[in-house]
Amino acid sequence: MSEESLRGIVLPVGSLGRKSSGWYGVWTLVLTEAAIFAYLLFSYFYLASHAGTDWPLGGMPSLRLAAPNTIILLMSSAALLWAERSGARRALRSRLLCGIAVALVLGSVFVAIQLVEWHNKSFTFHSGTYGSVYFVVTGFHLVHVVVGLLMLLTLLIWAIRGYFDREHHSALTIGAIYWHFVDVVWLIVFGALYLTPRLG
Amino acid sequence: MITPGLTESDPLGVQRALPIDAKLDAIWRTQPGLIGTLSCVDHKRIGLRYIVTAFIFLIVGGIEALTMRLQLSHSNLTILSPEAYDQLFTMHGFTMIFLYAGPVLSGFSNYLWPLLLGSRDMAFPRLNALSYWVYLLAGVFLYVSFPLGMAPNAGWFNYPPLASGTYNPGPNIDFYLLGLIFLGISVTVGSANFLVSLMRTRAPGMSINRLPILVWGTLTASIGNLLAVPAVSLACVLLFMDRQFGTHFFDVEQQGQPLLWQHLFWMFGHPWVYAIVLPALGIVSDALPTFCRRPLVGYTPVAIATVATMVVGFGVWLHHMFATGMPMLSVAFFSAASLVITIPSAVSTFAWIATIWTGKPVLTTAFLFLSSFIVLFVIGGASGVMTGAVPFDWQLTDTYFVVAHLHYVLIGINVFPVIGGIYYWFPKVTGRLMNERLGRWNFWTMLIGFNVGFFPMHIAGLMGMPRRIYTYDHGLGWDTVNLITTVGSFVFAIGVGLFLVNLFVSLRRGKAAGDNPWDAPTLEWSVPSPVPAYNFRVIPIVASRHPLWEGRLDEFPERSSLTDGYVLNQGRETLATTVLDAQPDLILKMPGDSMAPLLLSLALSLLFVGLILHSAWISGMGALLSGIAIVIWLWPKRALGQRAEAPHV
Repeated sequence: MSEESLRGIVLPVGSLGRKSSGWYGVWTLVLTEAAIFAYLLFSYFYLASHAGTDWPLGGMPSLRLAAPNTIILLMSSAALLWAERSGARRALRSRLLCGIAVALVLGSVFVAIQLVEWHNKSFTFHSGTYGSVYFVVTGFHLVHVVVGLLMLLTLLIWAIRGYFDREHHSALTIGAIYWHFVDVVWLIVFGALYLTPRLG
Repeated sequence: MITPGLTESDPLGVQRALPIDAKLDAIWRTQPGLIGTLSCVDHKRIGLRYIVTAFIFLIVGGIEALTMRLQLSHSNLTILSPEAYDQLFTMHGFTMIFLYAGPVLSGFSNYLWPLLLGSRDMAFPRLNALSYWVYLLAGVFLYVSFPLGMAPNAGWFNYPPLASGTYNPGPNIDFYLLGLIFLGISVTVGSANFLVSLMRTRAPGMSINRLPILVWGTLTASIGNLLAVPAVSLACVLLFMDRQFGTHFFDVEQQGQPLLWQHLFWMFGHPWVYAIVLPALGIVSDALPTFCRRPLVGYTPVAIATVATMVVGFGVWLHHMFATGMPMLSVAFFSAASLVITIPSAVSTFAWIATIWTGKPVLTTAFLFLSSFIVLFVIGGASGVMTGAVPFDWQLTDTYFVVAHLHYVLIGINVFPVIGGIYYWFPKVTGRLMNERLGRWNFWTMLIGFNVGFFPMHIAGLMGMPRRIYTYDHGLGWDTVNLITTVGSFVFAIGVGLFLVNLFVSLRRGKAAGDNPWDAPTLEWSVPSPVPAYNFRVIPIVASRHPLWEGRLDEFPERSSLTDGYVLNQGRETLATTVLDAQPDLILKMPGDSMAPLLLSLALSLLFVGLILHSAWISGMGALLSGIAIVIWLWPKRALGQRAEAPHV
């Protein structure tokens, strides 16, 4: 590179969306968290492949609550996407606040339904390897959702305080990546725990 | 932006101070005093803290080893009880592998990355401080178990059912599990920081084909860690749940699978082996050519070999489990994959040999350590190939042959390059040279002691001596070989002692080094020794792999610009560049010194202390305080350009 080519370039300053360090940072978080879930599902299938006839315990896992709950979580992601794309980027404050709030509420509904789902199970995590692995895998995911909800709450407070404008909303961009990741992971967990047993 | 002609040198090549230096120093300097020490985020000080702490753990782990060698020096000795011996070999392994070998390389890379890359700091300075504090506190957490007589006692890979609540009910194993999860946080955030720093904070023009090999090594190790550490953290969580909350992951009576632990542990363990050697190979690839007075032979193949080793390294974990009775097909596959690793290893080895062969070697102490490493790497590699072959492994698994192999690998490939690297970079850090005469004594004592100590272990293994036995009978014929090993290990320890003596003597009385005492080619040697708080007066513009050798190599017409470049003196700033081509992209506002990392690591400690004490109340407090610390840390700040200019959307 010649020195000339650098002269006269005016560079942006600070923490700007996809140019912020945090945007790169959250992808490293996604990478390592995705690895955790990959190893969790490896453990699930490893135990399944060595299990006897009582797998899954209590018959096929019911989709009655889990399937609608999956859709609720995806809608939460969509609301956050809307908050960022049509709210923050266009500086429309009402859409920004509304989108984050809806994502927060839908995420909370997911947690509530998931707790009911746990309560309805005929087994506990003491009940053999299936009980252990079912509750640990869904529990790991639920903890991620709860952390995500606390994050959304923080983002909502920051949005209400007027910290975000058209250029400066990298915290929202970064937080949204984490929230979408948690939702994508649920699709994979749902597929592994609820759908694959039906294949056999 | 570009300010021409900022550097003037005196005839000895030492740069003169300019008015801009005082301004930059005021911006970047850490305040003196306790608050400054605890809140410092300077990558150089964090790097040195890592190295010093890792050496303290090396000494502690060494004392544990010497104690065991005394016990084994003759048959039927009773210096140690079986239980004490179990705790010692477990702590020795954990300490050396997790608290020395990995962190010491993190220390090198923390100190060197911004200097090698041409930046003012890492991408996440506060995260850098966090990774150090968590490492320190995790080490302390683990070692609290020792005086209590409750140290982990099931070996460094901690297999259930021996490590299960049924057969090992005390808190010993809980210290292991929680300590390793805690330490994993440090490794993970540190790796993320290396990766993002590499992608974002290289000087303009430092495209990926101009990176020093140390950077390739640490990059590969960091990606490996991000993908592998979750496996062992998860295994530890599952075993902790089994032990404390009654799950059945590893419990045979309830269809649990003890082998699941082995899979998860070695899915982590084998990539980790490469994570603690690849940066050390990088030290050799970067420092050795300086003493051969020529660039490294085969830069591109060595860089590719570094990455390839890790990629294949994710597919060989089963070779630690050949004796567990798995199907022949999978055993054969993993044996073949393990043997494939010899190819990238041989590429690097021949590149180093060719560099020495075609260069004009200068026989400094650093050169002796770095070149003798090649010999030890080949010996450790050869015994690795032998145990990678299934029939051979079936004979020798869990014998001293494996102990010999792993010590040749870990001491040969980690300790020798690390000490060579310290001889090489000590002048940059302190402004003084280490004593060469004492250095020779240091080197030869270590080399002879190491080989006398560890080579006979191969023979002990071939004679059938199992590892992890606290004593043996006289009639087995293992006395002589064990006595030789014990003598050698003490000679080796004396060698390490001489190194420490040299370190302290040279720190006070070493000869003044100047900016570039070895006439080395890379960016870190273009700045004063010791390095100023702001690293570079201007962010340099890089035109080749060897910015300081361009004149004499004359490979390309372009020249790097070390004196003209971005000054960036409006507060703490550094330049962000694009990922592949390193074109200027953004000016990053960098955070100042902060107590948040220390407070967060203390809150995390509280969480783990609560878990070991079975106190939900303490753990809950720890989790709550950690959450609060994170929110305060991440609160958007206008000074960092994270907040709206005006208070309305």
